[in-house]
Amino acid sequence: MNNMLEIRDLQASVADKQILKGINLTVNAGEVHAIMGPNGSGKSTMSNVLVGHPGYTVTGGSVTFKGKDLLAMPAEDRSHEGLFLSFQYPVEIPGVSMTNFMRTAINEKRKYQGLPPMAPTDFLKLIKEKRDLVKLDAKFMNRSVNEGFSGGEKKRNEIFQMAMLEPSLSILDETDSGLDIDALRIVADGVNRLKSPETAVIVITHYQRLLDYIKPDIVHVLYQGRIIRTAGPQLALELEERGYDWVIKEFEESQK
Amino acid sequence: MKETDTDNSLVREISAEKYRYGFTTDVHTDVIDRGLTEDTVRLISERKGEPDWMLEFRLKAFRHWLTMEMPTWPHLTIPEIDYQNISYYADPTVKKQGPKSVDEIDPQVMKTFDKLGIPLEERLALSGGVAVDAVMDSVSVKTTFKQTLAEKGIIFCSMGEAVRNHPDLIRRYLGSVVNYRDNFFAALNSAVFSDGSFVYIPKGVRCPMELSTYFRINASGTGQFERTLIVADDDSYVSYLEGCTAPMRDENQLHAAIVEIVVLDRAEVKYSTVQNWYPGDENGKGGVYNFVTKRGLLKGVDSKLSWTQVETGSAITWKYPSCVLQGDGSQGEFYSVALTNNWQQADTGTKMIHLGRNTKSTIISKGISAGHSQNSYRGLVRVAEKADGARNYSQCDSLLLGDECGAHTFPYMDIKNETAVVEHEATTSKISEDQLFYCNQRGIPMEQAIGLIVNGYAKEVLSKLPMEFAVEAQRLLAVSLENTTG
Repeated sequence: MNNMLEIRDLQASVADKQILKGINLTVNAGEVHAIMGPNGSGKSTMSNVLVGHPGYTVTGGSVTFKGKDLLAMPAEDRSHEGLFLSFQYPVEIPGVSMTNFMRTAINEKRKYQGLPPMAPTDFLKLIKEKRDLVKLDAKFMNRSVNEGFSGGEKKRNEIFQMAMLEPSLSILDETDSGLDIDALRIVADGVNRLKSPETAVIVITHYQRLLDYIKPDIVHVLYQGRIIRTAGPQLALELEERGYDWVIKEFEESQK
Repeated sequence: MKETDTDNSLVREISAEKYRYGFTTDVHTDVIDRGLTEDTVRLISERKGEPDWMLEFRLKAFRHWLTMEMPTWPHLTIPEIDYQNISYYADPTVKKQGPKSVDEIDPQVMKTFDKLGIPLEERLALSGGVAVDAVMDSVSVKTTFKQTLAEKGIIFCSMGEAVRNHPDLIRRYLGSVVNYRDNFFAALNSAVFSDGSFVYIPKGVRCPMELSTYFRINASGTGQFERTLIVADDDSYVSYLEGCTAPMRDENQLHAAIVEIVVLDRAEVKYSTVQNWYPGDENGKGGVYNFVTKRGLLKGVDSKLSWTQVETGSAITWKYPSCVLQGDGSQGEFYSVALTNNWQQADTGTKMIHLGRNTKSTIISKGISAGHSQNSYRGLVRVAEKADGARNYSQCDSLLLGDECGAHTFPYMDIKNETAVVEHEATTSKISEDQLFYCNQRGIPMEQAIGLIVNGYAKEVLSKLPMEFAVEAQRLLAVSLENTTG
C-alpha cells in the first residue's frame, strides 16, 4: 500500500513550548526511513505525538495513517491499527508477567478486529516463535515486564513485542542507545526479518551505527521542529563524518 | 520523555465508580424502633428467644459500653455517630402474620441473593461446593448444605440457632477471644449482636467444602452487628469465606462485627474476606462505616491461622484481623489488599501476638489509594518474654494513584525476647503515566491497564484466595478503580 503515513504541517507542543513547527513526511509501505538530528530537535516528540502520548499537544496539521485520521484515535486504537513504538526507555511494570501482558495486548487487538481471544496453545506457540527471533530466553516470559532486564534485554523485549503485534509501521526511538555491538546485531536482525513489502519502519537515531544494520531508503534531518533535509542513505554517512553544522548552515542560508 | 513527568493529565481527578450491588430489596422487614437502651438489648434478646445467660452476656457488655468512648487513635476522620438514631434489629424474614418458618423464605429475599450471585438452593451451588450462610440485615435467612456437613459432625449454622442448639459450645467459646471489654465496638457488638455464623469442625475432620457467610445490609436506618465464631478442634481444617455488600444510600450505615476463631492442636483455619460494602458516592456521600474486630486464638500446638482480606468497600474501615500465637509452633498469616478511592478512609492492618515458643507470623499488606482517599496500614508485632524462637516477617507496600490521596504506615514492634527474628520492609510507589502509556501503546486501554497494573501489584495476596474468590477480587479491584483516569 502506498502512502501508509502522511504527515502534513504537524505542529505540537509540550507544556506550552512549541517543539514541532510544521513536519511534512510521507512513508510508503516497504520503506525504511531514518530520522536524524541534533539533541532537542524534536525527534522523540515526533514519535510520541504519532503514538498519542497524552503529554504532548498537537497544535496544528494532520496525520493520515492507512487512510484514517490518526490524530483522532486514542493511543490504543493507533496500536490496533498497526502503529508500534519501540520505546527509548521501556518502563518496568512490577507483578505483571510478560505472558499476561502480551496476552492482554494481543486479545485487545483481536477484540478491536472483532476476533475471539486467541487459544492458549496458539498463543504459546506464537510466543515461542517470536522469542527465537530476538533470542529472548523462555524464562523472561514469567518475569514482570522489563523488571530487572538489562538494557540490551529491554530493547530485545521491545522488538519481541513488535514481532508479536505485527505492526504495519514501527517507530524505533533510539533503539541503539545503550546497546553493545552483539545486542545491536540481534535487535537489527530481528527488525530486518520482520520487514516486508507491506510494512514500513521509521528509525530515529543519532548515529550511523544502527543504519549499518538496518539500511534506510530515505534519511531526514530534523532541526528545531522541522525536517530541513531529505536525501538517500548516503546522507547518514555524510552526517557521521561531518556532523550537523553544515546542513544547518545550508538550511539557514536558504531561509534568508 | 522528561517533559511529561510533571504533567499529570492522565492520573487525575476521580469520578463515580460503578457499584453493582447498590440495589435495594422491597421486602417486609420488621425493624425495631431507633435508639439504644437496656430495654433495646432486652428486646433483641427476646426477639431471638434467647436463654437468660445470653441476655446476661449482652447486658454486661452494654453496661460496660456505656462507660467507653470511641477510639480516637486511628488515622480516620469519623463524623459524629448518633448511636440513638440507629435501629439495632431488622428482620426481613418475619411474615406480617404468624411465626416465621425457615422453609418459607420471602421470594424477594431469595431473589436478592440470586442477584448477588449467591445461590441459596443447593442444586445451584458452584462446582466444588460452597456452603453458604446468608445473612440479611439482622437475621440469617438460610444456611445451605447443613445436612451434608452434619454427616461429618460439622456444625455450620446461624449464631441464633447455635445459641439455642449448642449452648455448651457457645458458652465456652463466645467472647473467649474477643472479650466485650476489648474495645468500644466490641462492647457494642457484644450487647446488640444479631446474627452471624457458627462453625465447629470436630477433631480430625477436614471440612469437605468451603464454608461461607454472605452479609447483606438492606433496610435503611439500621446497623448490622453480626458475630462469627469458628472453632477448629484438634487436627481439623476449614477454609471460610466472607462476603458483604449493601445498597447505595445517602445515609451512612454502621456495621460493627466481631469474628472470633479458636484453633486447637495442629488444626488449620483459612479465613478469606472480600469486603465490598457500599463505599459512598464520588463526593463521599453515604457508605458503610465498617468497624470490625477480628481475632484468632491459636491455642493449640502447631496450629495455623491465615487471614486473607481484599477490602474495596466501606466509607470508613477500621479493622485489624489478628492472631494470638499461644500454642508452641503456631503460625499466623495476614495477607491484605486494601483499596480506597474517592473519599474512602481505611485504617487497617493486623496484630501478631507471639506468646508460645517457635511461633511464626507473616504479614503482607498492599495498600492502594486513589482519589482523595486515605489509606493506613497499622500493625503490631509483639513477642512476649517467653516466646523463644519467634519469627516475624512483615512487608507493607503502598501504591498511589494520583496526587490527592494519602498512604500511611504505622508499624509497631514490642519485642521482649532476644531470640526473636523480626523483619520489616516497606515500599511506596505510584502508577506512573509512563507505565499506563506503555500499556496503551501496546493496545491496552486505560482501564484495563490500571486493572493489570493493580492486580500485578496485589498478586502476592490474591494468590492466597480460593479460586472463585480470586477471580471476583480481581474484577473488583479493576472496577473499583474505573474512571480514576481522565
